[in-house]
Amino acid sequence: MLSAIGVMVALALVIGLALGWSAIRFRVEGNPLAEKIDAILPQTQCGQCGFPGCKPYAEAIAKGEADINQCPPGGEDGVKKLAELLGVEPKPLDESHGAPKPRSVALIDEQTCIGCTLCIQACPVDAIVGAAKQMHTIVADECTGCELCLPPCPVDCIAMVPVAEDLPHWKWKHPVIPLKRVA
Amino acid sequence: MSRELFRFKGGVHPPDHKAESSGRPIHAAPLPRQLTIPLRQHIGNPAKPVVKVGDHVRKGQLIGEADGTISAAVHASSSGTVTAIEPRTLPHASGLPDLCIVIDTDGRDEWVARAPLDYRNLPPAELRMTLRDMGLAGLGGAVFPSAVKLDPGAQGACPTLIVNGGECEPWITCDDVLMRYRADDILRGVTVMRDLLGSTEILVGIEDNKPEAIAAMRAAAAKLDYAVEVVPVPAVYPGGGAKQMIETLTGKQVPTGRLSTDIGIQVFNVGTAYALARAVFHGEPMVSRLVTVTGHVLRPQNFEVLIGTPMRALIELAGDRDGVTGVLMGGPMMGVPMPLAAPAAERAPRAEDADVPVVKATNCILVQSRELFPPPPPVLPCIRCTRCADACPAELQPQDLYRFIKAGDFGRAQEYHLFDCIECGCCSYVCPSHIPLVDYYRYGKSEIWAREREKRAADLARERHEFRQFRLEREKQEKAEKLAAKAAAKRAELAAEAAAGTPPPAAADGDADAKKALIAAALARAQAKKTQAAPKNTDDLSLGQQREIEAIEARRAKIRELARKPLASEEDA
Repeated sequence: MLSAIGVMVALALVIGLALGWSAIRFRVEGNPLAEKIDAILPQTQCGQCGFPGCKPYAEAIAKGEADINQCPPGGEDGVKKLAELLGVEPKPLDESHGAPKPRSVALIDEQTCIGCTLCIQACPVDAIVGAAKQMHTIVADECTGCELCLPPCPVDCIAMVPVAEDLPHWKWKHPVIPLKRVA
Repeated sequence: MSRELFRFKGGVHPPDHKAESSGRPIHAAPLPRQLTIPLRQHIGNPAKPVVKVGDHVRKGQLIGEADGTISAAVHASSSGTVTAIEPRTLPHASGLPDLCIVIDTDGRDEWVARAPLDYRNLPPAELRMTLRDMGLAGLGGAVFPSAVKLDPGAQGACPTLIVNGGECEPWITCDDVLMRYRADDILRGVTVMRDLLGSTEILVGIEDNKPEAIAAMRAAAAKLDYAVEVVPVPAVYPGGGAKQMIETLTGKQVPTGRLSTDIGIQVFNVGTAYALARAVFHGEPMVSRLVTVTGHVLRPQNFEVLIGTPMRALIELAGDRDGVTGVLMGGPMMGVPMPLAAPAAERAPRAEDADVPVVKATNCILVQSRELFPPPPPVLPCIRCTRCADACPAELQPQDLYRFIKAGDFGRAQEYHLFDCIECGCCSYVCPSHIPLVDYYRYGKSEIWAREREKRAADLARERHEFRQFRLEREKQEKAEKLAAKAAAKRAELAAEAAAGTPPPAAADGDADAKKALIAAALARAQAKKTQAAPKNTDDLSLGQQREIEAIEARRAKIRELARKPLASEEDA
């Protein structure tokens, strides 16, 4: 009887120590779930979800404080992927956070720009080049199309231009099988 | 003279239809009035234009320079005037426009100064750069810049050089007639390749349905001072594919995701060898190529065509007929439909949109008709008969790939080596349900590429956003530090002043005293300034002026009085 208790206590001690040691040894920095969610989000950093960027939104989802359908740039596809990752039912996009739009990039009308630098300060990915009283321009390859530069512009010289399909970005379409009328 | 050959798995035997066009000799296509030369004719970066609208160019003049290592230059195919540099429809499955240089020819066809390259005395790297600038790209179909392929790499040598004269796709005969009539030139190009790659074994693989080409190449090879083995290989589609040709001749398979040079083999098309010979021994950049015009035309034959010639002109040259249902660039198995097939009523409103030019990749223009190419029967569901798997030369499982791609499961498709698919079309050819399998694989591949692009863009945005956050934080900190440093410096200065003399009223230690002293000093300075700034023209005033000043002062005093008293309305409130 005593020896059995002794064995159990010893086992508990050994296993407890092993667990404690591995908790320290294999400690994961940060929140791995939030990172996985962040990897699915489109990184437009537009804030339409109500959070200041994709990472805070990912963290909020991970903590259960935000719903998975608040990201219009991610679209229904993004919601589906998030639902798959989190093991929940996918749901339609929350319209109150905006509707998905075709991918666009900002374009500054250089004739109208007065060089106020307000858009530069608003850009979440530093994709606008310029200086005070100098013309500003968008680095199109780095623009995420978040539209955050539109409201601060005092002269409304920024327009969103949808990205046209060009040869290097052209995609083969899903094969269409023509239906034949039989009756 | 017998060599052990190997048989790659799968393949099909479609009717070859080569006799139609191979009987006629090579015919030079007449100079068109206008040439449309795309800047994107090869794999890699498109060429950058180096001419302006209005410039006069000569044949062979550089009009687009290579941009980077994996790129090739573009040249004027004839002399004339550059009339436009604008997007025009390309001979591409997308039918999308891309930047082209349009040249109105002057009919003189004047060459720029040409000089043969002294290739034996040039350093190999420099020679490769020169060839890149002469616009050399593989003419077998992939249009990969040849200069890159002529680099033996880290090993220093590529033991086996295979010259591909397979031309397995039905209807196409441009390589066949090239070998028949220009075998010597092809082998001169092969000599350059051999020297650059340091190859010891040179094999020319030709399908056994081209006996004339085999005989011509053998005769030419016999004149050389090194051994070139011309090997007839069985005619099986797609035996002319680079990987299939390697397996047939050597029994080796190129591993997934690797290059043939990793197993010591390099493959070039016979047309590329010929173009290389023209470049090295005649100083001619790639301005023309052989094109088979066949199918539903009166005189199917091979033309020597200037790059940029409109395809419609070639079809008319071969004798166009009524009942055209479509035009393919390439053969029936891998060819892509061209927009110029549309009947007159549906043709694009702008005339230049309805035609496309011949590019370096154009090996064949196949005109279709209802008799030659009947419309495909209706598509039926997959019955999992695995005939496609038996036919697949890449040893894939086409029926599984089809299922995954249809379900949008691109990850699984990639695991099943979708990217080893060479899009040869054997699976679609044998499918009893007539499923356009290759279309699914093309769709799957481009979808995977698009997703990877999106992912890269997202990663870049994340990185930049994080750096911005870091930058803002850093700037805030730097500002705080700067302010603190400034305050400290000011305090030190004051302390030094105090120690030097003029003891302030309370010279006791402590921050509060120092601050007080600071304020006192500032007040004293302000006072001094005020006295300095006193009006200077107040002496010797006339009586009138004196009165005026007094009146102003009185008004000021009144206003001050009013300002001190709250307004009646405010009192009521």
